[in-house]
Amino acid sequence: MANEPRNPGSRPRVGQQQSDSGVGRISGVALGDAPALGSGAVTGLGGASTRFGDRVFKSLSQGASVLLLVVIAAIAIFLLTRTIPALQDDTVNFLTEKKWLPDSSPSVFGIAALATGTLVTSLLALLMAVPVSVGIALFIAHYAPRRLANGLGYIVDLLAAVPSVVFGLWGLKFLVPHMVGLTKFLADHLGWFPMFDVGDGSTYRQTMFNASVVLAVMILPIISAVSREVFLQVPTMHLEAAQALGATRWETMRMAVLPFGRSGVISASMLGLGRALGETVAVALVLSTNYEISLKILNPGGNTFAANIALQYGFAGDTGINALIASGMVLFVITLLVNMTARWIIGRRAAFSGAN
Amino acid sequence: MTVTTAPPARSVDDPLGLVGRVLPVWVLPALLAATILVTLGLFAVTPMQGKADFVVVAAVIYVALQTAASFSVEGRRRAVDRFFTTLVYTAFAIAMIPLISVVVTVLRNGAEVINGNFLTHSLRNIGPTDTGGGIYHGMIGTLEQALITSVISIPIAVLVAVYLVEYGRGQLARAVTFFVDVMTGIPSIVAGLFIFTVWVLILGFSRAGLPATFALAILMIPTVVRSTEEMLKLVPNELREASYALGVPKWRTILRIVIPTALPGIVTGIMLGVARVMGETAPLLLLIGATDSINTNPFSGPQSALPFIIFDQAARPNDQAVARAWGAALVLIVLVMLLNLIARVIARFTRVR
Repeated sequence: MANEPRNPGSRPRVGQQQSDSGVGRISGVALGDAPALGSGAVTGLGGASTRFGDRVFKSLSQGASVLLLVVIAAIAIFLLTRTIPALQDDTVNFLTEKKWLPDSSPSVFGIAALATGTLVTSLLALLMAVPVSVGIALFIAHYAPRRLANGLGYIVDLLAAVPSVVFGLWGLKFLVPHMVGLTKFLADHLGWFPMFDVGDGSTYRQTMFNASVVLAVMILPIISAVSREVFLQVPTMHLEAAQALGATRWETMRMAVLPFGRSGVISASMLGLGRALGETVAVALVLSTNYEISLKILNPGGNTFAANIALQYGFAGDTGINALIASGMVLFVITLLVNMTARWIIGRRAAFSGAN
Repeated sequence: MTVTTAPPARSVDDPLGLVGRVLPVWVLPALLAATILVTLGLFAVTPMQGKADFVVVAAVIYVALQTAASFSVEGRRRAVDRFFTTLVYTAFAIAMIPLISVVVTVLRNGAEVINGNFLTHSLRNIGPTDTGGGIYHGMIGTLEQALITSVISIPIAVLVAVYLVEYGRGQLARAVTFFVDVMTGIPSIVAGLFIFTVWVLILGFSRAGLPATFALAILMIPTVVRSTEEMLKLVPNELREASYALGVPKWRTILRIVIPTALPGIVTGIMLGVARVMGETAPLLLLIGATDSINTNPFSGPQSALPFIIFDQAARPNDQAVARAWGAALVLIVLVMLLNLIARVIARFTRVR
């Protein structure tokens, strides 16, 4: 409902324009047909040049749009042209092998360790970032004083503006040494939990846990920004209804805001997950990489698709490059799926939500 | 006369006793003071130490005390409410920690290395353990690459946004909207790999600033499309209709009425896009070729860039190199934040209403 007066010029969403009142339909027709009418009227005076200009401009903008689709397709196709030879050179199973020795003979490489590391660090980051982000979003949308809220929102957005390589530098030189105490504490007191087990001891530095914390900080602003938008769209009537029933502020959140925003939070989390999966330099700097499959996140080591590409690229021979591109292809497909799911959830919500 | 009612305090404000019992104002500060005392005591008798630990332990104790006090006086619902209110505030405070920490460490460490020499010299002939050297070559590279990326991205992105808002109907528009969103999620390293495959492996060209800008453009276009689209949607339909009524063709209406009206917003989006792209590192690793010398020509020969310098120097084991990385990080953050700030100012003072 807040959107409608703001985007009268938008292309009609499915069913929206048709179901509108007569006024809406008239403006819809005017939008679509006016240029044709106008240029028709002008044709007699100014010749066909206006129509020509229209046609050129329309095809330009349409061409740019098609170009975007072509680029996406091209990414998949060109990565595939190198992925196939890489898989042919590989002497072991690409999906289950953990070693990465593409340039040795015979060529041996696989994504098992990379995939595990990527998933573990990203999911851990998500686990840490989502509750905090929802808290921030609730704070800015419904708890903070109205006048402060915008400024606070900007501050969180600034966090998103910090380049990832700076987060990497900060993570490596500041966070890692400062987290030794916490990491050691977890290992000493919660070591019975398999993921916190450090076996024969650990340096507690450059661990997957460190990398996840850096990733969590990086995806926090994305998740909280999207969640905040959704929380702000909660119809005032829902809030007032809850308050009229005597709900406390938290009960209002739980009954009106969170259910309304659930799908928004889910898709925001998936966007954050997509970002975490593809993050390169921060992870490459913070992790001391290896090719072991290990869920012991307090030990140094671990690896991810993106970090592996960034670090191995300089040493790779012909097969090595192809192998890296193959792993990039896998990353591309995974992030594409995650992002498409997220967008699909958002889109479905927009179509059915009562707020619009 | 109030003998039979359980809550004895019926104030003048609440003669009917509708409001439940509330914690007196002095309780919370008192609880905080008690918490600090208890925590100090704990730290004195147990091996716990450190400022961060103190804050965490104190926070946990405070939340527990507050919830308990509220539970006993105000009842379960209010106690839960207070508990979650504290959690929500804490979440925000937690988010502030990394932001402040990043800014402070970069400022402190960066300021030590930055001087006139650092900003006007390259790293040519600077050994790993040498002090000195600078990031001039990186600044040149970053600015040129950002400029070329903008020249490529802005026309395409604005045209796509115009298509989506002014022309878009049916299947194509829906597909483009969807894939613009999906494109914002493409990992930067994948964009770099794609251009690397085409530019170096298939076309056989050498690495330079230019291919890096192609990869950066893939990352910048979707963000600018998104923001421009939002801004174009804000332009009131009446303006378009008034223009059509005067017989102005659609393309001229778009160029002379719609885009100028939305221009400040579009510029804001572009600035934010540029700021983002300036900090991207992954595609640069694959594509710029890397050099320690000054190369002002982005079209041939290897170039450098600020994010690349940070990554390269930070990964080295010598303190001198790491110090240079902090300096480069400070310059990069200042550049990015400056663009952000300008964008926000433009957005604030010239908003389309």
